[in-house]
Amino acid sequence: MRDLNDIVKEAEHLFDATDDPNELEHVKARYLGKNGELTELLKGLSKLPLDQRPDMGSRINQTKSQIETLLKSRRLFLQERALKEKLKEEALDVTMPGRGYTKGGLHPVTQTLMRIEALFHSIGYEVASGPEIETDFYNFTALNIPENHPARAMHDTFYVDNGNLLRTHTSPVQIHFMLENNPPFKLIAPGRVYRCDSDVTHTPMFHQVEGLWIDEQASFAALKGVLVNFMKQFFEQDNLQVRFRPSFFPFTEPSAEMDISCVKCNGKGCRICGQTGWLEVLGCGMVHPNVLRHVNIDSERYIGFAFGLGVERLAMLRYGVSDLRSFFENDLRFLKQFN
Amino acid sequence: MKFSESWLRTFVNPDYTSDELAHALTMAGLEVENLEPVAASFEHVVVAEVLGVENHPEADRLKICLVGVGEHAKEPLQIVCGAPNVKPGIKVPCALIGGKLPGIEIKKAKLRGVLSFGMLCSARELGISENADGLMVLPDDAPTGQSFRDYYALNDKVFTLSLTPNRADCLSVYGVAREISAITDTPLASLKMSHVSEEIPDTIEVHVRAPDACPLYYGRIIRGINLNVDTPLWMKQRLERSGLRSINAVVDTTNYVLLETGQPMHAFDLARLEGAIQVRYAEAGEKITLLNDSAIVLTPDMLLIVDDRKPLALAGIMGGLESAVVSETVDIFLECAFFIPNCISGKSFTLGFSSDSAHRFERGVDFAATRSVLEYATELIQSICGGKVGSVIEAKYQLPERRQIAVRSDRVRRVLGISLTAEQIFEYFKRLQFVFSENDGVFYVTPPSYRFDLVIEEDFIEELARIHGYDAILAQQPRAELSMLAVPEKKHTPAVIKQMLVMRDYQEVINYAFVDEFWERDLLQNNRPIVLKNPIASHMSVMRSSLIGGLIANLQFNLNRKQDRVRLFEMGGCFECDSNGDYRQFDKLAGLGCGDVYPEQWGEPARAIDFFDLKADIEVLFHARELNFQPGSHPAFHPGKSARIIVEQNFAGWLGELHPHWQKKFDLPRSVVLFELSLDCLLPKSLAHAKEMSKYPPVRRDIAVTVDNHVAVQSLLDVMQESKSEIVTEIVLFDMYRGNSVGEKRKSLAFKVLLQDVEKTLTDEEIDNAISSLLHVLELKFCATLRA
Repeated sequence: MRDLNDIVKEAEHLFDATDDPNELEHVKARYLGKNGELTELLKGLSKLPLDQRPDMGSRINQTKSQIETLLKSRRLFLQERALKEKLKEEALDVTMPGRGYTKGGLHPVTQTLMRIEALFHSIGYEVASGPEIETDFYNFTALNIPENHPARAMHDTFYVDNGNLLRTHTSPVQIHFMLENNPPFKLIAPGRVYRCDSDVTHTPMFHQVEGLWIDEQASFAALKGVLVNFMKQFFEQDNLQVRFRPSFFPFTEPSAEMDISCVKCNGKGCRICGQTGWLEVLGCGMVHPNVLRHVNIDSERYIGFAFGLGVERLAMLRYGVSDLRSFFENDLRFLKQFN
Repeated sequence: MKFSESWLRTFVNPDYTSDELAHALTMAGLEVENLEPVAASFEHVVVAEVLGVENHPEADRLKICLVGVGEHAKEPLQIVCGAPNVKPGIKVPCALIGGKLPGIEIKKAKLRGVLSFGMLCSARELGISENADGLMVLPDDAPTGQSFRDYYALNDKVFTLSLTPNRADCLSVYGVAREISAITDTPLASLKMSHVSEEIPDTIEVHVRAPDACPLYYGRIIRGINLNVDTPLWMKQRLERSGLRSINAVVDTTNYVLLETGQPMHAFDLARLEGAIQVRYAEAGEKITLLNDSAIVLTPDMLLIVDDRKPLALAGIMGGLESAVVSETVDIFLECAFFIPNCISGKSFTLGFSSDSAHRFERGVDFAATRSVLEYATELIQSICGGKVGSVIEAKYQLPERRQIAVRSDRVRRVLGISLTAEQIFEYFKRLQFVFSENDGVFYVTPPSYRFDLVIEEDFIEELARIHGYDAILAQQPRAELSMLAVPEKKHTPAVIKQMLVMRDYQEVINYAFVDEFWERDLLQNNRPIVLKNPIASHMSVMRSSLIGGLIANLQFNLNRKQDRVRLFEMGGCFECDSNGDYRQFDKLAGLGCGDVYPEQWGEPARAIDFFDLKADIEVLFHARELNFQPGSHPAFHPGKSARIIVEQNFAGWLGELHPHWQKKFDLPRSVVLFELSLDCLLPKSLAHAKEMSKYPPVRRDIAVTVDNHVAVQSLLDVMQESKSEIVTEIVLFDMYRGNSVGEKRKSLAFKVLLQDVEKTLTDEEIDNAISSLLHVLELKFCATLRA
């Protein structure tokens, strides 16, 4: 009879030399199969004297379990190796492009409008809207622009028919809103407006955002506060310089024009700002008492301020668009730059 | 408003540089649009006299001139000159050796063999004017040898102001000076107040028939003037620097007075007047030919100056050609009047042209200065053209009121958000030359006659703010009561709808809301489009009632630029005229798909986008809401490939493939699928309401039936939904097949049916019953046969 330890050593050696799982089972049978060496040894136990049997039996069983352990570990190793190889074969070229749709995008004017709305929303402005075919009353008269006023000629109005026109600004939304609500309130009115004018710097349709705050505490200083805050946040420039100049709008008094330091050259003077270092960005002022009278608001108690800003202008400055007209050509190559 | 700085500084001369002055004006609301020197910088240019001219022996176009330059040379200089207008005896600017002109340095030169010791100059070479028809010829009395810069007062700049319509008072040099005096706190010289006493008894009768429109009318006759004299150089220069050409001494003077004082005047040729002067409204159909050669048929809202026989002038706007002062004129009638702004405004807009006069009268002219301006003009005309002066004819009625306004310090504080002291308010009003008194914090202010924009308390508050400086009012973050804004959960925002389409590969576009009438009338068969009275172009003449025309135009534009896979959407207003003639605006959302469904790629076979691709997009937009598609016909769409979209029983819009004949007409190479939805239908969103989940597993059974081709899937689904047993939780079509095996004109439809009970596991019997009742009803209603 061979030394049991030799059997283990030999089994281990043969297992390790076997790469094929089926072959491994054949090798295993040599020791543990029906006629395997250890099986035979166990069978031969009965031939041994009675007193030697327990000891021998236990040693053979021990050997058997040693070989089984070796076998298991070899089996596991082969399985894992096989799996690894299989996975390796399945590997993808992860650099291939993804499948299916890509993504579209929002028009840059929409993105700008959303940004403006979000900023004013964050201090409690609600959004209001009104019709684009307006009456003469809402577009002009209620805003303190009587017939024959020189300001009407400045508006280049598109007319539809008697008393109806395409609104020339978003200010009439103020009137609609104030007639339907009681102060205090703060609102912005984004929307399309129309002027009969078309050249390099004018399109016959463009977007404005009107803002209105009516309160007992509103003041010109507060108007400045809101608008300075807005411009700094919009352009994400804390050191943005601003200035307010007296101006004239029939529906505000006092009226002002707001300039910001050129966002392109930081006020040094460039083509964008016409070498002045300043960009005119919006008109604003304290709501004219005549306007409040038209909507039955007590102008002694309530004071309001309003502003109107050009959305395309802000979009051009923000995104470096040089030609206003490109917003309305809807050239996909242009639009996709903003996606 | 354009004027020379030196003229301005004769009235007010603050210790400011030109740039500082421009900045101060801009920051006070008188925006300086442009500030530029009247001439380029140049050196060693003097007034010279051409003493002799000889032809150049070697060049036809050159002349050899002998030029006197006074003390600058012992003897006359020889200068070669190519200007056609050079001749002996004229005075011209001459650049001496060593002189510098823009881009040129003057050196001794040999021109075709002849030495030249300087250069005779044109206005263009000196940067004075763009017109350079030869040499700049100076008046005969120009002193030879004097520095040309000094002689021509060229150390001067021109201001161009862009004035807002409220500031009529600044439409004159004096008005701007008055404003500068206030903003810089610098003394203002007063306008010259002259009085020319009458020398001849001649007058003319004046009848103002419309005193409400013309409350003040002055006139005077001047006889025997000489119009062959030159307008003085100083006056010509100031006019030129304000952009006006010299015409004749009388017209130049009235223009000069208008620029200096803001008061428009008119001079008539007395010889052309017949009888008395009247100021009255026109009668319909009267005609006049104006100085700008336009012949006008008058309407009764137009104010006229007429004589006994004919209209002479459109009051306050423009004189008539017939009675105009011309070079032969000897006697004139000089008019200086005040017209009420409302009677003039709007007229030039209607006429399609304006004038310096109309521009001022419609905004408001200082009626307190009218008389003295007439005297001033008389004096100027007499000093230039001579003549004998008649007495002043006056017609005076009710002038505009200047009501005293109470300006409360407390209100100033509330409106501006800063406190101005009584002393500050006092000082600012004083600087503005307002007449006022103060009592207990309230200022009682009377606006001056030249201000038409100061009517209410706020107008004066703006004046205070302007003088104080807008920038000196510190920005404050406003304080307000906080309350939350509504955030409706049962409604999408339009932004969310847009985002959904963006994530489904659509690009947003924004089109003009006015379109070609053709889109409305033909493509949409809208026979009542809203037509603009004054469209900017014929292809933008009617308001759109639909967005799809714009999308098709965008598609064409992009296909022409080699973008062959196009998916677009637009959200925006559409307009309709209802049967009462009222205009209604609807916000709509429209989408377009053309080209391949996916961008060209390795992983998906190329396939053209079709009806069902866009249908899926619409199903996403209306997710979880009851949505139906019904066959329908629309003028723009393929009759067999278009559907009306019904959401919760309401019509919500259209989905369809562009009709092949439109596709051909628009020259589109591939089929185009479009949808258009009402935004109102898109926005509602149902609030989620959670139900208990069944613990028991669902059972799936598939049923496949064949039906006639024309039977709509939706009708099968509707019938099954209506009759199904409660345990059927979902029925979904998962396959459709047409082919030989199902027979001609038949199709096979396969549905997945899910069955589930919340309380127990379903038995086979229950399941079989539920399925067979579905099959039964399909057989009954649609002659559906179970497919083996």
